[in-house]
Amino acid sequence: MNEDKLKEILTCKSIDPAVRNDFPMLAVKSHGQPFAYLNNAATSLKPRPVLEAMSRYYQEYGSSVFRGVDSIAYKATQAFEATRYKVKDFIGAKQPESIVFTSGATAGLNLVCHSFAAPLLQPGDELVVGATEHHANYVPWQQLCKQKRARLVLAPNNERGEVTPELLASVMTDKTRLVAVCHMSNVMGAVNDLKALAEIAHRHGAYLVADGAQGIVHERPDVAGWDVDFYAFSAHKIYGPTGVGVLYGKYDLLESMPPMIYGGEMIDVVDVADTTFRDPPYRFEGGTPPIAEVIGLGAALDYINSLGYCCMQQKTLQLCKRVVRGLQQNPNVEIYNPDNYFSGIVSFNVKGVHPHDAASIYDREGIQVRAGHHCAQPAMRWLHQSATLRASFAFYNNEEEADRLVTATKKAGDFLDVFF
Amino acid sequence: MSSSDEHMNLLYRQIIMDHYQHPRNKGLTGAPDYYTVHLKNPSCGDDLSVQVKLEGDRVADVRHIGDGCSICCSSSSMMSELLKGETVEQALATIASFKHMASAEPYDADLLKEAVSLHGVAQLPARVKCATLAWIAAETAIRRDEEQARQPAATSTPSQPTGQDETRTS
Ligand SMILES: Cc1ncc(COP(=O)(O)O)c(C=O)c1O
Repeated sequence: MNEDKLKEILTCKSIDPAVRNDFPMLAVKSHGQPFAYLNNAATSLKPRPVLEAMSRYYQEYGSSVFRGVDSIAYKATQAFEATRYKVKDFIGAKQPESIVFTSGATAGLNLVCHSFAAPLLQPGDELVVGATEHHANYVPWQQLCKQKRARLVLAPNNERGEVTPELLASVMTDKTRLVAVCHMSNVMGAVNDLKALAEIAHRHGAYLVADGAQGIVHERPDVAGWDVDFYAFSAHKIYGPTGVGVLYGKYDLLESMPPMIYGGEMIDVVDVADTTFRDPPYRFEGGTPPIAEVIGLGAALDYINSLGYCCMQQKTLQLCKRVVRGLQQNPNVEIYNPDNYFSGIVSFNVKGVHPHDAASIYDREGIQVRAGHHCAQPAMRWLHQSATLRASFAFYNNEEEADRLVTATKKAGDFLDVFF
Repeated sequence: MSSSDEHMNLLYRQIIMDHYQHPRNKGLTGAPDYYTVHLKNPSCGDDLSVQVKLEGDRVADVRHIGDGCSICCSSSSMMSELLKGETVEQALATIASFKHMASAEPYDADLLKEAVSLHGVAQLPARVKCATLAWIAAETAIRRDEEQARQPAATSTPSQPTGQDETRTS
Protein backbone atom coordinates (compact mmCIF):
# COMPACT_ATOMS: atom_id res chain seq x y z
CA MET A 1 0.00 0.00 0.00
CA ASN A 2 1.60 3.28 -1.01
CA GLU A 3 1.83 6.25 1.35
CA ASP A 4 -0.38 8.60 -0.68
CA LYS A 5 -3.23 6.14 -0.79
CA LEU A 6 -2.91 5.48 2.93
CA LYS A 7 -2.97 9.20 3.67
CA GLU A 8 -6.06 9.64 1.56
CA ILE A 9 -7.81 6.88 3.49
CA LEU A 10 -6.85 8.28 6.87
CA THR A 11 -8.01 11.78 6.06
CA CYS A 12 -11.31 11.14 4.27
CA LYS A 13 -14.68 11.65 5.95
CA SER A 14 -15.44 9.12 8.71
CA ILE A 15 -18.27 6.66 8.40
CA ASP A 16 -21.62 7.34 10.06
CA PRO A 17 -22.07 4.79 12.92
CA ALA A 18 -25.74 4.58 11.93
CA VAL A 19 -24.73 2.29 9.03
CA ARG A 20 -25.03 -0.51 11.56
CA ASN A 21 -28.80 -0.16 11.34
CA ASP A 22 -28.61 -1.21 7.70
CA PHE A 23 -27.48 -4.72 8.65
CA PRO A 24 -30.17 -6.93 10.21
CA MET A 25 -27.57 -9.54 11.23
CA LEU A 26 -26.02 -7.02 13.63
CA ALA A 27 -29.17 -7.23 15.76
CA VAL A 28 -28.78 -10.99 16.26
CA LYS A 29 -27.89 -12.37 19.69
CA SER A 30 -25.59 -15.31 20.26
CA HIS A 31 -25.19 -16.98 23.67
CA GLY A 32 -27.18 -14.12 25.16
CA GLN A 33 -24.87 -11.43 23.83
CA PRO A 34 -24.93 -9.16 20.81
CA PHE A 35 -23.46 -11.19 17.96
CA ALA A 36 -20.02 -9.87 17.05
CA TYR A 37 -19.38 -10.92 13.48
CA LEU A 38 -15.62 -10.83 12.93
CA ASN A 39 -15.47 -13.29 10.05
CA ASN A 40 -15.99 -10.87 7.21
CA ALA A 41 -13.24 -12.32 5.05
CA ALA A 42 -15.32 -15.50 4.79
CA THR A 43 -18.46 -13.69 3.76
CA SER A 44 -19.88 -10.25 4.48
CA LEU A 45 -23.20 -9.31 6.03
CA LYS A 46 -25.87 -7.95 3.70
CA PRO A 47 -27.42 -4.50 4.02
CA ARG A 48 -31.18 -4.00 3.75
CA PRO A 49 -31.07 -2.40 0.28
CA VAL A 50 -29.60 -5.64 -1.10
CA LEU A 51 -32.21 -7.81 0.61
CA GLU A 52 -34.98 -5.47 -0.50
CA ALA A 53 -33.83 -5.34 -4.11
CA MET A 54 -33.85 -9.14 -4.28
CA SER A 55 -37.20 -9.37 -2.58
CA ARG A 56 -38.66 -6.73 -4.91
CA TYR A 57 -37.56 -8.73 -7.91
CA TYR A 58 -39.27 -11.85 -6.59
CA GLN A 59 -42.42 -10.02 -5.55
CA GLU A 60 -42.88 -7.42 -8.27
CA TYR A 61 -41.23 -8.51 -11.51
CA GLY A 62 -40.06 -12.07 -10.96
CA SER A 63 -39.73 -13.45 -14.43
CA SER A 64 -36.92 -14.80 -16.56
CA VAL A 65 -34.50 -12.61 -18.45
CA PHE A 66 -33.98 -12.51 -22.25
CA ARG A 67 -36.94 -14.82 -22.95
CA GLY A 68 -40.18 -13.30 -24.08
CA VAL A 69 -41.15 -9.84 -25.17
CA ASP A 70 -43.57 -8.72 -22.47
CA SER A 71 -43.02 -5.68 -20.29
CA ILE A 72 -42.40 -7.53 -17.02
CA ALA A 73 -39.72 -9.76 -18.56
CA TYR A 74 -38.28 -6.62 -20.11
CA LYS A 75 -38.04 -5.00 -16.70
CA ALA A 76 -36.23 -8.05 -15.27
CA THR A 77 -33.80 -8.04 -18.19
CA GLN A 78 -33.15 -4.33 -17.72
CA ALA A 79 -32.43 -4.76 -13.99
CA PHE A 80 -30.20 -7.74 -14.70
CA GLU A 81 -28.21 -5.98 -17.39
CA ALA A 82 -27.94 -2.79 -15.31
CA THR A 83 -25.70 -4.71 -12.92
CA ARG A 84 -23.29 -5.47 -15.76
CA TYR A 85 -22.83 -1.73 -16.26
CA LYS A 86 -22.48 -1.12 -12.53
CA VAL A 87 -19.76 -3.78 -12.29
CA LYS A 88 -17.99 -2.36 -15.31
CA ASP A 89 -17.88 1.08 -13.69
CA PHE A 90 -16.97 -0.28 -10.28
CA ILE A 91 -13.91 -2.22 -11.44
CA GLY A 92 -12.81 0.16 -14.17
CA ALA A 93 -13.49 -2.06 -17.18
CA LYS A 94 -13.74 -0.55 -20.64
CA GLN A 95 -16.91 -2.28 -21.78
CA PRO A 96 -19.83 -4.17 -20.21
CA GLU A 97 -19.21 -7.12 -22.54
CA SER A 98 -16.09 -7.87 -20.51
CA ILE A 99 -18.24 -8.70 -17.48
CA VAL A 100 -19.23 -12.37 -17.27
CA PHE A 101 -21.60 -13.43 -14.50
CA THR A 102 -20.50 -16.66 -12.83
CA SER A 103 -21.49 -18.40 -9.63
CA GLY A 104 -18.52 -16.89 -7.79
CA ALA A 105 -14.77 -16.34 -7.76
CA THR A 106 -14.12 -20.08 -7.80
CA ALA A 107 -16.24 -20.58 -10.92
CA GLY A 108 -14.59 -17.58 -12.63
CA LEU A 109 -11.08 -18.86 -11.99
CA ASN A 110 -12.06 -22.33 -13.18
CA LEU A 111 -13.55 -20.86 -16.34
CA VAL A 112 -10.27 -19.12 -17.18
CA CYS A 113 -8.39 -22.28 -16.35
CA HIS A 114 -10.45 -24.61 -18.56
CA SER A 115 -11.49 -22.33 -21.38
CA PHE A 116 -8.45 -20.07 -21.73
CA ALA A 117 -5.41 -21.68 -20.15
CA ALA A 118 -6.00 -25.31 -21.11
CA PRO A 119 -5.82 -24.70 -24.89
CA LEU A 120 -2.83 -22.40 -24.35
CA LEU A 121 -0.60 -24.66 -22.31
CA GLN A 122 1.85 -27.06 -23.98
CA PRO A 123 3.94 -29.75 -22.30
CA GLY A 124 7.02 -28.15 -20.75
CA ASP A 125 5.39 -24.73 -20.39
CA GLU A 126 5.40 -23.02 -17.02
CA LEU A 127 2.56 -21.55 -15.04
CA VAL A 128 3.31 -19.31 -12.05
CA VAL A 129 1.05 -19.29 -8.98
CA GLY A 130 1.44 -17.31 -5.75
CA ALA A 131 2.82 -19.42 -2.91
CA THR A 132 -0.01 -18.64 -0.47
CA GLU A 133 -3.07 -18.63 -2.72
CA HIS A 134 -6.55 -19.71 -1.74
CA HIS A 135 -7.36 -23.21 -2.99
CA ALA A 136 -9.67 -21.64 -5.60
CA ASN A 137 -6.64 -20.02 -7.24
CA TYR A 138 -4.26 -22.90 -6.68
CA VAL A 139 -5.86 -26.29 -7.21
CA PRO A 140 -7.25 -25.53 -10.72
CA TRP A 141 -3.76 -24.53 -11.91
CA GLN A 142 -2.07 -27.41 -10.16
CA GLN A 143 -4.44 -29.91 -11.77
CA LEU A 144 -4.13 -28.29 -15.20
CA CYS A 145 -0.34 -28.49 -15.04
CA LYS A 146 -0.63 -32.15 -14.12
CA GLN A 147 -2.89 -32.85 -17.11
CA LYS A 148 -0.77 -30.85 -19.54
CA ARG A 149 2.59 -32.00 -18.21
CA ALA A 150 3.40 -28.33 -17.64
CA ARG A 151 5.41 -27.06 -14.70
CA LEU A 152 3.72 -25.37 -11.74
CA VAL A 153 6.06 -22.70 -10.40
CA LEU A 154 5.43 -20.97 -7.07
CA ALA A 155 5.99 -17.23 -6.82
CA PRO A 156 7.50 -16.63 -3.37
CA ASN A 157 6.11 -14.17 -0.82
CA ASN A 158 8.03 -11.64 1.22
CA GLU A 159 7.64 -11.70 5.03
CA ARG A 160 4.44 -9.66 4.81
CA GLY A 161 2.92 -12.21 2.46
CA GLU A 162 3.21 -10.10 -0.71
CA VAL A 163 4.29 -11.29 -4.13
CA THR A 164 6.45 -8.28 -4.93
CA PRO A 165 7.40 -7.37 -8.52
CA GLU A 166 10.98 -8.48 -7.77
CA LEU A 167 9.85 -11.83 -6.42
CA LEU A 168 7.62 -12.46 -9.42
CA ALA A 169 10.39 -11.43 -11.81
CA SER A 170 12.71 -13.92 -10.11
CA VAL A 171 10.61 -16.91 -11.25
CA MET A 172 9.60 -15.73 -14.74
CA THR A 173 11.18 -17.47 -17.72
CA ASP A 174 10.53 -17.49 -21.45
CA LYS A 175 8.41 -20.60 -20.85
CA THR A 176 5.97 -18.86 -18.49
CA ARG A 177 2.55 -18.69 -20.14
CA LEU A 178 0.38 -17.48 -17.29
CA VAL A 179 0.63 -15.95 -13.81
CA ALA A 180 -2.17 -16.45 -11.27
CA VAL A 181 -2.03 -14.33 -8.12
CA CYS A 182 -4.46 -12.84 -5.68
CA HIS A 183 -5.20 -9.16 -5.31
CA MET A 184 -5.23 -9.73 -1.55
CA SER A 185 -4.41 -12.86 0.45
CA ASN A 186 -7.21 -14.19 2.63
CA VAL A 187 -4.78 -15.37 5.31
CA MET A 188 -2.11 -12.67 5.40
CA GLY A 189 -4.20 -9.75 4.14
CA ALA A 190 -1.24 -8.76 1.99
CA VAL A 191 -2.01 -6.60 -1.04
CA ASN A 192 -0.31 -7.30 -4.35
CA ASP A 193 0.47 -4.53 -6.79
CA LEU A 194 -1.41 -6.02 -9.73
CA LYS A 195 -0.37 -3.28 -12.12
CA ALA A 196 3.32 -3.97 -11.56
CA LEU A 197 2.76 -7.73 -11.66
CA ALA A 198 0.80 -7.54 -14.92
CA GLU A 199 3.58 -5.53 -16.50
CA ILE A 200 6.14 -8.18 -15.58
CA ALA A 201 3.92 -10.99 -16.83
CA HIS A 202 3.33 -9.20 -20.13
CA ARG A 203 7.00 -8.43 -20.57
CA HIS A 204 7.53 -12.21 -20.61
CA GLY A 205 4.64 -12.79 -22.97
CA ALA A 206 2.50 -14.28 -20.19
CA TYR A 207 -1.07 -13.48 -19.09
CA LEU A 208 -2.07 -12.31 -15.62
CA VAL A 209 -5.08 -13.80 -13.87
CA ALA A 210 -6.05 -12.06 -10.61
CA ASP A 211 -8.14 -13.57 -7.82
CA GLY A 212 -9.96 -10.49 -6.57
CA ALA A 213 -12.18 -12.24 -3.99
CA GLN A 214 -10.61 -10.41 -1.02
CA GLY A 215 -8.98 -7.53 -2.85
CA ILE A 216 -12.12 -5.93 -4.22
CA VAL A 217 -13.42 -5.46 -0.69
CA HIS A 218 -10.49 -3.28 0.35
CA GLU A 219 -9.02 -1.68 -2.73
CA ARG A 220 -11.17 -0.64 -5.63
CA PRO A 221 -9.79 -2.39 -8.72
CA ASP A 222 -8.92 -0.60 -11.91
CA VAL A 223 -8.73 -3.58 -14.23
CA ALA A 224 -8.15 -1.62 -17.43
CA GLY A 225 -5.65 0.78 -15.84
CA TRP A 226 -3.77 -2.12 -14.24
CA ASP A 227 -3.94 -4.03 -17.50
CA VAL A 228 -4.78 -7.37 -15.87
CA ASP A 229 -6.08 -9.97 -18.31
CA PHE A 230 -8.63 -11.56 -15.99
CA TYR A 231 -10.06 -10.62 -12.60
CA ALA A 232 -12.51 -12.82 -10.66
CA PHE A 233 -14.57 -12.03 -7.57
CA SER A 234 -17.64 -13.12 -5.60
CA ALA A 235 -20.59 -10.89 -4.73
CA HIS A 236 -20.99 -12.32 -1.25
CA LYS A 237 -17.79 -10.80 0.06
CA ILE A 238 -18.77 -7.29 -0.97
CA TYR A 239 -22.14 -7.17 0.79
CA GLY A 240 -24.00 -8.88 -2.05
CA PRO A 241 -25.72 -12.28 -2.13
CA THR A 242 -24.18 -15.73 -2.37
CA GLY A 243 -24.39 -17.67 -5.63
CA VAL A 244 -23.12 -15.01 -8.00
CA GLY A 245 -19.77 -13.59 -8.98
CA VAL A 246 -17.99 -11.96 -11.86
CA LEU A 247 -15.22 -12.86 -14.22
CA TYR A 248 -13.75 -9.84 -15.92
CA GLY A 249 -11.75 -10.64 -19.03
CA LYS A 250 -10.21 -8.50 -21.74
CA TYR A 251 -12.73 -8.68 -24.54
CA ASP A 252 -10.43 -10.04 -27.22
CA LEU A 253 -9.35 -12.84 -24.89
CA LEU A 254 -12.96 -13.69 -24.02
CA GLU A 255 -13.72 -13.78 -27.74
CA SER A 256 -11.03 -16.39 -28.28
CA MET A 257 -12.45 -18.69 -25.59
CA PRO A 258 -14.88 -21.59 -26.16
CA PRO A 259 -17.93 -21.92 -23.91
CA MET A 260 -17.75 -24.50 -21.15
CA ILE A 261 -21.45 -24.86 -20.41
CA TYR A 262 -23.82 -25.57 -23.28
CA GLY A 263 -27.51 -24.78 -23.07
CA GLY A 264 -30.04 -22.01 -23.34
CA GLU A 265 -29.16 -18.30 -23.62
CA MET A 266 -25.63 -18.89 -24.87
CA ILE A 267 -26.46 -20.04 -28.39
CA ASP A 268 -26.75 -18.09 -31.61
CA VAL A 269 -28.08 -20.51 -34.24
CA VAL A 270 -28.74 -24.16 -33.45
CA ASP A 271 -28.69 -26.34 -36.58
CA VAL A 272 -29.29 -30.06 -36.55
CA ALA A 273 -25.60 -30.87 -36.54
CA ASP A 274 -23.93 -27.73 -35.29
CA THR A 275 -24.44 -24.61 -33.22
CA THR A 276 -22.93 -21.17 -33.28
CA PHE A 277 -22.50 -19.39 -30.01
CA ARG A 278 -23.28 -15.90 -28.93
CA ASP A 279 -20.57 -13.37 -28.34
CA PRO A 280 -19.11 -12.88 -24.87
CA PRO A 281 -20.25 -12.48 -22.18
CA TYR A 282 -23.42 -14.50 -23.03
CA ARG A 283 -21.43 -17.38 -24.46
CA PHE A 284 -20.33 -18.15 -20.90
CA GLU A 285 -23.71 -17.72 -19.24
CA GLY A 286 -25.58 -20.82 -20.35
CA GLY A 287 -28.84 -21.57 -18.56
CA THR A 288 -31.13 -19.37 -16.49
CA PRO A 289 -28.82 -17.09 -14.54
CA PRO A 290 -29.12 -16.23 -10.81
CA ILE A 291 -31.32 -13.23 -11.61
CA ALA A 292 -32.20 -12.07 -8.10
CA GLU A 293 -28.58 -12.44 -7.09
CA VAL A 294 -27.28 -10.40 -10.00
CA ILE A 295 -29.81 -7.69 -9.12
CA GLY A 296 -28.66 -7.98 -5.48
CA LEU A 297 -25.05 -7.49 -6.57
CA GLY A 298 -26.07 -4.32 -8.37
CA ALA A 299 -27.75 -3.07 -5.20
CA ALA A 300 -24.60 -3.88 -3.19
CA LEU A 301 -22.46 -1.79 -5.53
CA ASP A 302 -24.96 1.07 -5.30
CA TYR A 303 -24.79 0.81 -1.53
CA ILE A 304 -20.99 0.95 -1.50
CA ASN A 305 -21.04 3.93 -3.84
CA SER A 306 -23.57 5.75 -1.67
CA LEU A 307 -21.44 5.32 1.47
CA GLY A 308 -18.15 6.05 -0.24
CA TYR A 309 -15.42 3.48 -0.58
CA CYS A 310 -12.85 5.54 1.30
CA CYS A 311 -14.68 5.78 4.62
CA MET A 312 -15.24 2.02 4.57
CA GLN A 313 -11.52 1.47 4.12
CA GLN A 314 -10.76 3.92 6.91
CA LYS A 315 -13.03 2.24 9.45
CA THR A 316 -11.73 -1.25 8.63
CA LEU A 317 -8.16 -0.10 8.95
CA GLN A 318 -8.78 1.62 12.29
CA LEU A 319 -10.49 -1.41 13.78
CA CYS A 320 -7.81 -3.76 12.58
CA LYS A 321 -5.08 -1.57 14.03
CA ARG A 322 -6.92 -1.38 17.34
CA VAL A 323 -7.16 -5.16 17.59
CA VAL A 324 -3.54 -5.71 16.60
CA ARG A 325 -2.46 -3.24 19.28
CA GLY A 326 -4.70 -4.92 21.82
CA LEU A 327 -3.54 -8.43 20.99
CA GLN A 328 0.09 -7.32 21.05
CA GLN A 329 -0.36 -6.56 24.78
CA ASN A 330 -1.01 -10.27 25.31
CA PRO A 331 2.30 -12.15 25.61
CA ASN A 332 0.61 -15.42 24.60
CA VAL A 333 -0.53 -14.17 21.21
CA GLU A 334 1.50 -14.61 18.07
CA ILE A 335 0.33 -12.41 15.16
CA TYR A 336 1.36 -13.47 11.67
CA ASN A 337 0.51 -10.28 9.81
CA PRO A 338 1.00 -7.38 12.23
CA ASP A 339 1.40 -4.77 9.47
CA ASN A 340 -1.46 -5.48 7.09
CA TYR A 341 -4.17 -3.34 8.78
CA PHE A 342 -5.54 -2.28 5.49
CA SER A 343 -7.03 -5.72 4.90
CA GLY A 344 -9.06 -5.83 8.10
CA ILE A 345 -7.53 -9.28 8.62
CA VAL A 346 -5.61 -10.39 11.71
CA SER A 347 -4.18 -13.92 11.58
CA PHE A 348 -2.92 -15.20 14.89
CA ASN A 349 -2.59 -18.03 17.37
CA VAL A 350 -2.67 -18.21 21.15
CA LYS A 351 0.30 -20.14 22.51
CA GLY A 352 -0.60 -23.60 23.75
CA VAL A 353 -4.20 -23.29 22.57
CA HIS A 354 -5.37 -24.99 19.41
CA PRO A 355 -7.41 -22.61 17.20
CA HIS A 356 -10.54 -24.77 17.54
CA ASP A 357 -10.32 -24.69 21.29
CA ALA A 358 -9.98 -20.92 21.17
CA ALA A 359 -12.85 -20.63 18.68
CA SER A 360 -15.22 -22.25 21.17
CA ILE A 361 -14.28 -19.60 23.73
CA TYR A 362 -15.04 -16.83 21.22
CA ASP A 363 -18.29 -18.55 20.35
CA ARG A 364 -19.32 -18.61 24.02
CA GLU A 365 -18.67 -14.84 24.10
CA GLY A 366 -20.93 -14.32 21.07
CA ILE A 367 -18.01 -13.70 18.69
CA GLN A 368 -17.52 -15.43 15.37
CA VAL A 369 -13.98 -15.69 14.03
CA ARG A 370 -12.54 -18.27 11.65
CA ALA A 371 -10.41 -21.13 12.95
CA GLY A 372 -8.72 -23.58 10.64
CA HIS A 373 -6.71 -23.60 7.46
CA HIS A 374 -8.86 -20.99 5.68
CA CYS A 375 -8.97 -22.99 2.44
CA ALA A 376 -5.33 -22.10 2.02
CA GLN A 377 -3.19 -25.06 2.99
CA PRO A 378 -0.25 -23.68 0.97
CA ALA A 379 -0.40 -20.54 3.14
CA MET A 380 -0.48 -22.67 6.29
CA ARG A 381 2.62 -24.53 5.18
CA TRP A 382 4.28 -21.21 4.49
CA LEU A 383 3.46 -20.08 8.06
CA HIS A 384 4.51 -23.49 9.44
CA GLN A 385 1.15 -23.78 11.17
CA SER A 386 -1.51 -26.40 10.69
CA ALA A 387 -4.23 -23.90 11.52
CA THR A 388 -4.68 -20.32 12.69
CA LEU A 389 -7.32 -18.01 14.06
CA ARG A 390 -8.45 -15.21 11.81
CA ALA A 391 -10.46 -12.19 12.84
CA SER A 392 -11.57 -10.03 9.93
CA PHE A 393 -13.27 -6.66 10.15
CA ALA A 394 -15.71 -4.75 8.02
CA PHE A 395 -16.75 -1.11 8.13
CA TYR A 396 -19.92 -1.94 10.10
CA ASN A 397 -17.98 -3.44 13.01
CA ASN A 398 -17.24 -1.17 15.94
CA GLU A 399 -14.66 -0.57 18.65
CA GLU A 400 -16.68 -2.45 21.25
CA GLU A 401 -16.62 -5.60 19.14
CA ALA A 402 -12.90 -5.22 18.56
CA ASP A 403 -12.30 -4.88 22.29
CA ARG A 404 -14.49 -7.88 23.06
CA LEU A 405 -12.22 -9.96 20.84
CA VAL A 406 -9.13 -8.78 22.72
CA THR A 407 -10.75 -9.52 26.09
CA ALA A 408 -12.01 -12.94 25.03
CA THR A 409 -8.52 -13.82 23.80
CA LYS A 410 -7.25 -13.44 27.37
CA LYS A 411 -9.61 -16.24 28.34
CA ALA A 412 -8.56 -18.57 25.51
CA GLY A 413 -6.52 -20.70 27.91
CA ASP A 414 -9.73 -21.65 29.73
CA PHE A 415 -10.93 -23.53 26.69
CA LEU A 416 -12.22 -26.52 28.61
CA ASP A 417 -14.76 -24.27 30.37
CA VAL A 418 -17.12 -24.56 27.44
CA PHE A 419 -17.56 -28.27 28.10
CA PHE A 420 -18.54 -28.01 31.76
CA MET B 1 -24.24 -27.07 40.64
CA SER B 2 -23.55 -29.13 43.77
CA SER B 3 -20.06 -29.25 45.21
CA SER B 4 -19.70 -32.91 44.28
CA ASP B 5 -20.53 -32.03 40.65
CA GLU B 6 -17.92 -29.34 40.82
CA HIS B 7 -15.47 -31.80 42.21
CA MET B 8 -16.20 -34.25 39.40
CA ASN B 9 -15.87 -31.56 36.76
CA LEU B 10 -12.49 -30.57 38.12
CA LEU B 11 -11.44 -34.18 37.94
CA TYR B 12 -12.71 -34.50 34.36
CA ARG B 13 -10.80 -31.42 33.28
CA GLN B 14 -7.64 -32.84 34.82
CA ILE B 15 -8.14 -36.09 32.94
CA ILE B 16 -8.62 -34.30 29.61
CA MET B 17 -5.61 -32.05 30.11
CA ASP B 18 -3.47 -34.98 31.23
CA HIS B 19 -4.25 -36.95 28.07
CA TYR B 20 -3.83 -33.84 25.91
CA GLN B 21 -0.42 -33.02 27.35
CA HIS B 22 0.80 -36.58 27.91
CA PRO B 23 -0.85 -38.71 25.25
CA ARG B 24 -0.68 -42.49 25.75
CA ASN B 25 0.27 -44.93 22.95
CA LYS B 26 1.35 -42.07 20.73
CA GLY B 27 3.30 -42.60 17.53
CA LEU B 28 2.82 -45.01 14.65
CA THR B 29 4.73 -48.19 13.99
CA GLY B 30 5.88 -49.61 10.69
CA ALA B 31 5.11 -53.15 11.82
CA PRO B 32 3.17 -55.01 9.12
CA ASP B 33 0.58 -56.58 11.44
CA TYR B 34 -1.10 -53.24 12.21
CA TYR B 35 -4.03 -51.88 10.26
CA THR B 36 -3.84 -48.12 9.74
CA VAL B 37 -6.71 -45.71 9.20
CA HIS B 38 -6.06 -42.07 8.45
CA LEU B 39 -9.00 -39.74 8.98
CA LYS B 40 -9.31 -36.04 8.33
CA ASN B 41 -11.87 -33.48 9.15
CA PRO B 42 -11.38 -31.22 6.13
CA SER B 43 -13.59 -28.46 7.46
CA CYS B 44 -11.33 -27.76 10.42
CA GLY B 45 -8.07 -29.51 9.62
CA ASP B 46 -8.08 -32.19 12.34
CA ASP B 47 -5.91 -34.98 11.03
CA LEU B 48 -5.58 -38.30 12.79
CA SER B 49 -4.06 -41.73 12.16
CA VAL B 50 -4.99 -44.76 14.23
CA GLN B 51 -3.31 -48.17 14.08
CA VAL B 52 -4.83 -51.32 15.45
CA LYS B 53 -3.28 -54.75 15.91
CA LEU B 54 -5.63 -57.68 16.39
CA GLU B 55 -4.54 -61.00 17.89
CA GLY B 56 -7.30 -63.54 17.57
CA ASP B 57 -10.39 -61.84 18.92
CA ARG B 58 -8.42 -59.37 21.00
CA VAL B 59 -7.26 -55.82 20.32
CA ALA B 60 -3.62 -56.35 21.18
CA ASP B 61 -2.40 -52.83 20.54
CA VAL B 62 -3.64 -49.39 19.50
CA ARG B 63 -1.38 -46.56 18.32
CA HIS B 64 -2.32 -43.09 17.18
CA ILE B 65 -0.89 -39.80 16.05
CA GLY B 66 -2.58 -36.62 15.01
CA ASP B 67 -2.87 -32.92 14.79
CA GLY B 68 -5.95 -31.38 16.30
CA CYS B 69 -7.58 -29.62 19.21
CA SER B 70 -7.53 -30.66 22.88
CA ILE B 71 -10.70 -32.69 22.46
CA CYS B 72 -9.54 -34.54 19.37
CA CYS B 73 -6.13 -35.40 20.83
CA SER B 74 -7.21 -36.29 24.37
CA SER B 75 -10.06 -38.39 23.02
CA SER B 76 -7.64 -40.29 20.81
CA SER B 77 -5.34 -40.99 23.74
CA MET B 78 -8.22 -42.20 25.94
CA MET B 79 -9.52 -44.36 23.12
CA SER B 80 -6.13 -46.07 22.71
CA GLU B 81 -5.83 -46.79 26.40
CA LEU B 82 -9.36 -48.08 26.72
CA LEU B 83 -9.54 -50.35 23.70
CA LYS B 84 -6.14 -51.92 24.15
CA GLY B 85 -6.63 -55.41 25.60
CA GLU B 86 -10.39 -55.53 25.02
CA THR B 87 -11.96 -58.25 22.92
CA VAL B 88 -13.17 -57.10 19.54
CA GLU B 89 -16.73 -57.40 20.76
CA GLN B 90 -16.02 -55.32 23.89
CA ALA B 91 -14.11 -52.74 21.87
CA LEU B 92 -17.00 -52.27 19.42
CA ALA B 93 -19.42 -51.90 22.34
CA THR B 94 -17.14 -49.32 23.96
CA ILE B 95 -16.90 -47.37 20.72
CA ALA B 96 -20.68 -47.46 20.28
CA SER B 97 -21.11 -46.23 23.82
CA PHE B 98 -18.72 -43.32 23.25
CA LYS B 99 -20.54 -42.31 20.09
CA HIS B 100 -23.84 -42.38 21.97
CA MET B 101 -22.41 -40.21 24.74
CA ALA B 102 -21.11 -37.65 22.25
CA SER B 103 -24.50 -37.41 20.55
CA ALA B 104 -26.38 -37.00 23.86
CA GLU B 105 -28.00 -40.45 23.63
CA PRO B 106 -28.19 -42.96 26.49
CA TYR B 107 -24.85 -44.73 26.96
CA ASP B 108 -23.13 -47.21 29.23
CA ALA B 109 -20.78 -45.09 31.36
CA ASP B 110 -19.15 -48.17 32.89
CA LEU B 111 -17.64 -49.11 29.53
CA LEU B 112 -16.11 -45.67 29.05
CA LYS B 113 -14.21 -45.23 32.31
CA GLU B 114 -12.05 -42.07 32.04
CA ALA B 115 -13.53 -41.22 28.66
CA VAL B 116 -16.76 -40.09 30.37
CA SER B 117 -14.78 -36.92 31.08
CA LEU B 118 -15.58 -35.91 27.49
CA HIS B 119 -19.37 -36.08 27.95
CA GLY B 120 -19.59 -32.28 27.69
CA VAL B 121 -19.02 -32.30 23.94
CA ALA B 122 -22.63 -33.40 23.57
CA GLN B 123 -23.59 -29.81 24.44
CA LEU B 124 -21.48 -28.39 21.60
CA PRO B 125 -22.72 -29.95 18.36
CA ALA B 126 -20.00 -28.18 16.39
CA ARG B 127 -17.32 -30.02 18.38
CA VAL B 128 -18.79 -33.55 18.43
CA LYS B 129 -16.75 -34.48 15.37
CA CYS B 130 -13.53 -33.57 17.20
CA ALA B 131 -14.32 -36.08 19.94
CA THR B 132 -15.51 -38.96 17.79
CA LEU B 133 -12.84 -38.87 15.05
CA ALA B 134 -10.45 -41.24 16.86
CA TRP B 135 -13.22 -43.70 17.72
CA ILE B 136 -14.51 -43.82 14.19
CA ALA B 137 -10.97 -44.44 12.96
CA ALA B 138 -10.50 -47.26 15.48
CA GLU B 139 -13.82 -48.84 14.55
CA THR B 140 -12.94 -48.74 10.86
CA ALA B 141 -9.53 -50.27 11.53
CA ILE B 142 -10.96 -53.07 13.65
CA ARG B 143 -13.72 -53.97 11.20
CA ARG B 144 -11.43 -53.87 8.16
CA ASP B 145 -8.72 -55.87 9.85
CA GLU B 146 -11.26 -58.48 10.87
CA GLU B 147 -12.62 -58.70 7.34
CA GLN B 148 -9.14 -59.16 6.02
CA ALA B 149 -8.32 -61.86 8.52
CA ARG B 150 -11.40 -63.78 7.44
CA GLN B 151 -10.38 -63.67 3.76
CA PRO B 152 -7.50 -65.69 2.36
CA ALA B 153 -4.69 -63.31 1.35
CA ALA B 154 -5.14 -64.03 -2.37
CA THR B 155 -8.64 -62.56 -2.49
CA SER B 156 -7.86 -59.31 -0.69
CA THR B 157 -8.92 -56.31 -2.73
CA PRO B 158 -6.43 -55.42 -5.45
CA SER B 159 -7.22 -51.69 -5.19
CA GLN B 160 -5.48 -51.77 -1.84
CA PRO B 161 -2.32 -53.71 -2.52
CA THR B 162 -0.85 -53.37 0.96
CA GLY B 163 -4.23 -53.96 2.53
CA GLN B 164 -2.93 -52.01 5.49
CA ASP B 165 -3.55 -48.38 4.94
CA GLU B 166 -6.62 -46.37 4.34
CA THR B 167 -7.19 -42.66 4.05
CA ARG B 168 -10.62 -41.19 4.25
CA THR B 169 -12.14 -37.88 5.03
CA SER B 170 -14.94 -37.78 7.53
C1 LIG C 1 -8.64 -15.05 -1.73
C2 LIG C 1 -9.86 -15.86 -2.05
N1 LIG C 1 -9.98 -16.41 -3.27
C3 LIG C 1 -11.06 -17.12 -3.62
C4 LIG C 1 -12.09 -17.34 -2.75
C5 LIG C 1 -13.24 -18.19 -3.20
O1 LIG C 1 -14.43 -17.50 -3.22
P1 LIG C 1 -15.81 -18.26 -3.46
O2 LIG C 1 -15.81 -19.40 -2.47
O3 LIG C 1 -16.84 -17.24 -3.16
O4 LIG C 1 -15.83 -18.73 -4.87
C6 LIG C 1 -12.02 -16.80 -1.47
C7 LIG C 1 -13.10 -17.02 -0.50
O5 LIG C 1 -12.97 -17.61 0.53
C8 LIG C 1 -10.88 -16.04 -1.11
O6 LIG C 1 -10.75 -15.51 0.10
